[in-house]
Amino acid sequence: MPNYLLIESRDPFSDQAVAGHVELAVGLRRAGSMVALYLVQNGVLPCRPGADGDALHEALAAGVEVLADDFSLRERGIGERDLARGVKSAPIGLVVERLAASWKVMFL
Amino acid sequence: MSTALSFAIMDAPFENSRTVTMLRVIAEALEAGHDVNVFAYEGAVALSFARQAPHANAVHGRDAAEENHPLPRVWIESLLALAAKRGRRLDWVNCGLCVDERGVAEAIDGVRRGSPADFWKMSVESANTLTAGTR
Amino acid sequence: MRTLQVIETAYRATVEEQDDTIVWLTHAMNGAGGEFGLLLTGNAVCYALQEQRPPALALGGWTQSHAADPAADVASLAAKGVRVYAVEEDLEERGLLDAQLLDALTVVPRAKLPVLLDEYPRVWKW
Repeated sequence: MPNYLLIESRDPFSDQAVAGHVELAVGLRRAGSMVALYLVQNGVLPCRPGADGDALHEALAAGVEVLADDFSLRERGIGERDLARGVKSAPIGLVVERLAASWKVMFL
Repeated sequence: MSTALSFAIMDAPFENSRTVTMLRVIAEALEAGHDVNVFAYEGAVALSFARQAPHANAVHGRDAAEENHPLPRVWIESLLALAAKRGRRLDWVNCGLCVDERGVAEAIDGVRRGSPADFWKMSVESANTLTAGTR
Repeated sequence: MRTLQVIETAYRATVEEQDDTIVWLTHAMNGAGGEFGLLLTGNAVCYALQEQRPPALALGGWTQSHAADPAADVASLAAKGVRVYAVEEDLEERGLLDAQLLDALTVVPRAKLPVLLDEYPRVWKW
């Protein structure tokens, strides 16, 4: 099965497409692929506890790895210790690692 | 087997954070030892326009030197220098028709003009490709 | 290597460019030897609607010679053998499920997107 890294730069508060992206991540995971959702730019806004909606937790419950760009988090004043439960901070080099490891990477 | 990575970007300078995100990925790819191909399409062909100029910032009370305003052409020059330092190749190709319609043919040294056929060729010869569309 | 082009944005700069830039890019790379599928999502599902007849822009004394016709260009890709897909729920949300859509279109429910994505060795999202 191919593995997927979905880079999410948009936030669910201003763009309804984000819900569909999370649904896709969950669907790919349930189909048997390893799936990571890498939140960048405003995509990290749901990482703040209290801002994290059901979609984020559904993804985590399905086994999707949810990671957030450390630079984007700092830019928005979201401390790494304050991240919503289950979300991990990750440097952007992760994208290169997954590309080099032949993951299918999509910038959503 | 190739370890080169290819990227396609579309956003014009100063318009979208996607540009910075993709340039950060490209920098990391070079640091990690990959040869990198970039196809700049649509507005992204202006990222390497040689005539971008810095300016002062009166709101913050900074002159041009103090402001040191980011210029994408300087970023690309830095990436080219990084590639050279690491002994890697950064092949930056601007879509020629996009360059023509935007009047940005005067580009920095080290980038070249090309076409979608170049992007296709790059992608075929790479280990993987990442595209970042625009909205 | 077969590549699935995924388009979401529609009618962005299509008047200025006289093309949808990703549909155009797909044509160009197809001509250079690429092998593609095209997945229309979000507003781009509108490109599956046939007979759109876009108007030519008139601005001051200037009149456009060739108005963009992304739907025709998508149909042209299909005629060249590119498989064209559209997300069912996106069509439905936009009132297009019962419209006159591209004959060669394959409508894919969102739940089946993982299967489609797995079929292509490469997936490029624009």
